[in-house]
Amino acid sequence: MIEINNLTKKYGSFTALNNLNLSIDKGTVFGFVGPNGAGKSTTFSILATLLAPTNGTAYVNGYDVTKNPKQVRKHIGYMPDFFGVYDQFKVHEYLDFYGASYGVPSNERKAIIPQLLELVNLIDKKDSYVDVLSRGMKQRLCLARALIHDPEVLILDEPASGLDPRARIEMRGILKELKNMEKTIIISSHILPELSEMCDYLGIIEHGNLIASGNVGQIENQLQAQKILNIQVKNNIERTIAFFQEDPNVLQVERDEKTELLLHVSYEGTEDDQIELLRKAVKNEIPILTFTQKQSNLEDIFMEITKGDE
Amino acid sequence: MDRFMSLFINPVLNKEVKLRFRTFKSFLGLFFYLLVCGIACLAFIYIESYLSYDSFTATDSRNLFMVLGIGQLGLILFMTPGLTAGAISGEREMQTLNILLTTQQSSTSIILSKLFSSIAYLFLMLIASLPLYSIVFLYGGVSPEMVMITFSFHLLTMLTIGSLGIMFSTLIRRTMVATITTYGVMVFLVVGTLILFFISLRFVMQQYTGPSGVTQGNHYLPYVALMLNPAATLFSIYEPTVERSLQSAGVNWDLWKGFITSYSIITIFSLFVSIIRLRPSTQLKSRKKKG
Repeated sequence: MIEINNLTKKYGSFTALNNLNLSIDKGTVFGFVGPNGAGKSTTFSILATLLAPTNGTAYVNGYDVTKNPKQVRKHIGYMPDFFGVYDQFKVHEYLDFYGASYGVPSNERKAIIPQLLELVNLIDKKDSYVDVLSRGMKQRLCLARALIHDPEVLILDEPASGLDPRARIEMRGILKELKNMEKTIIISSHILPELSEMCDYLGIIEHGNLIASGNVGQIENQLQAQKILNIQVKNNIERTIAFFQEDPNVLQVERDEKTELLLHVSYEGTEDDQIELLRKAVKNEIPILTFTQKQSNLEDIFMEITKGDE
Repeated sequence: MDRFMSLFINPVLNKEVKLRFRTFKSFLGLFFYLLVCGIACLAFIYIESYLSYDSFTATDSRNLFMVLGIGQLGLILFMTPGLTAGAISGEREMQTLNILLTTQQSSTSIILSKLFSSIAYLFLMLIASLPLYSIVFLYGGVSPEMVMITFSFHLLTMLTIGSLGIMFSTLIRRTMVATITTYGVMVFLVVGTLILFFISLRFVMQQYTGPSGVTQGNHYLPYVALMLNPAATLFSIYEPTVERSLQSAGVNWDLWKGFITSYSIITIFSLFVSIIRLRPSTQLKSRKKKG
């Protein structure tokens, strides 16, 4: 449905997007995560035919975004990260205008507008002027606007940004419904947990480079080269430290600040190496009480790899 | 045919007209404009009829017509840049342009709709003021053809300044800068060309006048400078004597012909640039590839 090959966008000497390769199947919800300025909006602008890439190609539904922009526009619903509304329009007029702009016939518009307003919970605001709507309502109205021509692909750039928790939950609910409608959705956020819940696949982008992509588990594996082993012993802590420090896969052994007999071991070996390490420890009569791998937190990893931006 | 019509009648035009004419301000603007024009006409007639020795003659009526024609031209010149220079940049500043550009509307229809809707209000003002010209007919001195010529002249000026406004609005990101640039071009067309005309005419007279006092050869610069000036051209339609000074420089072509040609070219060029640059990068990229 969406095929991106070696997509590059440069502004002078600054590279906003560097050789991005991505393939998103029909009906997939793909989350694009990265800090501000990582290249998410650039990618979305290129897919929305608003920006030409310096190099590479991007296809939506088989149509090249630079060669067949008109066809691409027919198949996408685009919601930018920052957008304005025509304040003097009423809600239904706003949708009617965009419906007409997308070439939806008048009678179809009349039928689809109430359905869309129902979907985004704005049916009771049908006759309100757009400028009296709250930010969350405007976000939802913009989402309804992106759906007016029933596109197969939705490109949503930070749809939940600036919303209060309640509005975020409402937006998440709407996105789940869209997922059930088998829309292909590409959605961005700089907040990872928000996306990891609702997306089938994630891509993490930083400085214009896609540093990891796949489902949540795959991303953890790609990003987490080293793991932390939490090892608690009954006694003999000095001997235990000496034993683990000898292993070539152990990078660092730290004692827990609060629990005296607990160690945090930074380990880069494979799962088999890990089994072997435990076996050796037992053979060497290390009095192990617990031997666990620290549960990885995707957000921690994300924060770790993007901390250079702060 | 449908496709051609959709360039002129489309959702963007509907939206613009609806939003522009929905406010009470638009009605008030039109009301006060007609009030001022009406009072000016009646005051002119009153002054000429009661305060001068003779009654209101056909010549006075003709003068009133010229005052109205040139006055409305002034209105067009001062209002059109303000109405058009924010058409595209305003959408960009409101952050609505990107969404509009992802719809099925072609660049041509967006630009033409923006132009027509921006000048629609001014056009309405002109149409609404047409009955004022009927006062002139009461006293004679002006033919209906002259009214139509003046009206067409206003229309072309409006289209050209409007197209320039739209072009600057497309090329320049900030509405304020686009508006100032359009006013700058307008001032050049009204004042700059006049200065250029006098300088070039003086130069031609000095350099190329023979012993008999007749200018030798054809010198186009004074003509070109003056044909770009809408006020001078309109005045030359009313008072053909203006053209004599041009004939002395060796150019015999009517000034209005030069005006229509040059303003049509400026209009087409401005609209073409606007259409090409509205979705700039994607268009240029695909062109480069084709090349």
